Amino acid sequence: MSTAPLRLVTGDEREVHMPSVSTVPVIESESQLRGLLAGLSGVDAVGAEARAAKLATRSLKKSTKLAALDLAISMVDLTTLEGADTPGRVTSLCAKAMRPDPSDPSVPSAAAVCVYPDLVAHARHVLGASAVKVASVATAFPSGRASLNVKLLDVREAVSAGADEIDMVIDRGAFLSGRLGQVFDEVVAVKEVCATAHLKVILETGELATYDNVRRASWIAMLAGADFIKTSTGKAGISATLPTALVMLEAARDFAEATGAVVGVKVAGGIRTSKDALRYLVVVNETTGSQWLTPDRFRFGASSLLNDLLMQRLKQRRGSYVRADEFSGD
Amino acid sequence: MSDELTNSRLGAMIYDPAPESAATAHLKPSYGLFINGEFSDPSSHDPFVTLNPATEEPLANVAHATSADVDRAVYAARRAYDTVWSTTTGAERSKYLFRIARLIQERARELAVVETLDNGKPIRESRDIDIPLAAAHFFYYAGWADKLDYAGYGPDPKPLGVAGQIIPWNFPLLMAAWKLAPALAAGNTCVLKPAETTPLSALILAEILQQAELPPGVVNIITGDGTTGAALVDHPGVDKIAFTGSTEVGRLIQQRVATSHKHLTLELGGKGANIVFEDAPIDEMIEGIIDGIFFNQGHVCCAGSRLLVQESVADDVLRRLVRRVDQLRVGDPLDKNTDVGAINSAAQLARIKELTAYGEEEGATRYTSSCPLPDKGYWFAPTVFADVAQSHRIAREEIFGPVLSVLTFRTPDEAVAKANNTNYGLACGVWSEKGSRTLWVAERLRAGVIWANTYNRFDPASPFGGVRESGFGREGGRHGLEAYLNV
Repeated sequence: MSTAPLRLVTGDEREVHMPSVSTVPVIESESQLRGLLAGLSGVDAVGAEARAAKLATRSLKKSTKLAALDLAISMVDLTTLEGADTPGRVTSLCAKAMRPDPSDPSVPSAAAVCVYPDLVAHARHVLGASAVKVASVATAFPSGRASLNVKLLDVREAVSAGADEIDMVIDRGAFLSGRLGQVFDEVVAVKEVCATAHLKVILETGELATYDNVRRASWIAMLAGADFIKTSTGKAGISATLPTALVMLEAARDFAEATGAVVGVKVAGGIRTSKDALRYLVVVNETTGSQWLTPDRFRFGASSLLNDLLMQRLKQRRGSYVRADEFSGD
Repeated sequence: MSDELTNSRLGAMIYDPAPESAATAHLKPSYGLFINGEFSDPSSHDPFVTLNPATEEPLANVAHATSADVDRAVYAARRAYDTVWSTTTGAERSKYLFRIARLIQERARELAVVETLDNGKPIRESRDIDIPLAAAHFFYYAGWADKLDYAGYGPDPKPLGVAGQIIPWNFPLLMAAWKLAPALAAGNTCVLKPAETTPLSALILAEILQQAELPPGVVNIITGDGTTGAALVDHPGVDKIAFTGSTEVGRLIQQRVATSHKHLTLELGGKGANIVFEDAPIDEMIEGIIDGIFFNQGHVCCAGSRLLVQESVADDVLRRLVRRVDQLRVGDPLDKNTDVGAINSAAQLARIKELTAYGEEEGATRYTSSCPLPDKGYWFAPTVFADVAQSHRIAREEIFGPVLSVLTFRTPDEAVAKANNTNYGLACGVWSEKGSRTLWVAERLRAGVIWANTYNRFDPASPFGGVRESGFGREGGRHGLEAYLNV
């Protein structure tokens, strides 16, 4: 018998396919939205967690690790969201974001600094013409428990003070009580006020509790015009987890395939080590692929992570660990 | 924004090699037979070489046990049974099993590397699945050894005596654990024959038995080929034969022991159906299909080698599946990022090639991963056949390789009918978010194991085994004790 000719999977078949014309459906009623969400596949929690755990065993070495560390640095939204924040604190954070390691100009700058709205103007002033963006949480962050008017005013002030990016929170109470149209409408309203500023929609996945909810909330945000969907505020008991990020990336991938619109994903809260960050990059690589492996489409909301990335970067180059004090504590 | 509307390449990040060190294996140049607690030379000097299937390089010389050696091993097992093991209390037997389990854990890294070198399976699987599960089986049955009175087989159930155990090459150490742990817990002594192409981890296990100070002769491990196995099956001093392997050999064994006093359990081939309903959790289901057929290069008797997809979602499932198959990383089994390793032997590779060629001849649509394959060694790129009909050979015969046959169905009745339309009956999977449907289907499937929204999950507490031409007898759980008790 002759050996069968190999019919190889083509390059075309291995990609995430996006239609060349963007066709995000226009949502005109809550029932239409419900119908769309009802058509989404469920998430099997055990399977999703097993998949994430399996991807977490990937081992990044040598040049892959160096490239991934630099990529991760460039994806950091360097964040300070404390009641005790001051202009001085924001100044040093901005300096750190622009030049994470002053002794090595080859280290990329962070993606953005993320502050409360009242400190946006100051951050804007310090960052000047730098490529580092100013991101601001808004919409009665972190609980979102305020009227729509208050939320929109919050956003409007942050944008007029110079914010490039707005991190809004969804109304989890509305979501959990089934008022999905209200969640959708709020995102649409905020997006409108954002004008040219990019909108990141925080789902606060720890409060949504199930992966099915995470998938539905991701779609609501994307349908309403989010530029990014973001896991958490960092203020809830449970923040970003690898399986949650996996479910959100799957949503972003499926949304891009269905509509042609590329929505980014931001993971925030509790990501402190390079090891964690690289695991997220592996999940991005194997779930959504090349289009999401850039700061335009994937971000880490973090503070102490940056120094660990710098430390690992230096360790990879020097072959031995350096003291933590080698880097500024900002 | 137009540049955003280009496609996204999955796996765009190139992973540098991340190999586990082969030196961790500490292999010796040659191994003798483990009889009566020590390694000894076989009666005739006729060793065979065990190869690394990923490189075709020799790993070690291994003794070829003759019928005289089998006789010696069975005699040692009989003497150990009569003089020591049959009078050792359950609590004492339990201590030995716990010791073995802990020693497997202590030497886990070494065992994982040995298994990967000898078998070709990815280090991720030997490290995360084979070795931990082998230890878990010893831990589990250690717990039963002093509780046999409460296992549901009456008060004070008796062991069978000397068990002859023949295991396959797909999970060498794990299958040894599946055989030895319940046999020892129940009070039997054993003669174990590992597969010809994968003897090494069982020989490391022999060292572990020495470390555990298991009394000499309680477990004897003899290496060899089919003739060694036949001598063990035919030996009159054996009270029980436990075999895991092909249906073809299982049939021969059953004929040969038919006229004897020997007890028999067989765990044979399969052609497992993975049934996907339109409401299945799609991302986890795709992973489950992948795990079902590409885990261990598809060298799994319970592999989900037939995919039955509801027609309404067939196109979407196939598209996602093919994309995922192409992402599988095939190559150096010692690399921690490898998903699919080497085919275990030249003979098996030839068999896979033969059957897949039939697939194309019969008109199925073939998708083969575009992953590059190493030049040396035995390799087969992960392959999916779509448009497969029930009558195709690739839908009926066990390929025992990384080859999936995709069929469609319209109604639950049709899914059940197609899943059951096989001579085998080892395992099936059902994927649906609707529990009542899953239960309805599971009740009607003729298979020993049914997985719901998962596939290829193993646990020592869960019995495993087949019906029809997939064999009889159960391994694992309370049920697994029955195979080694005179009940």
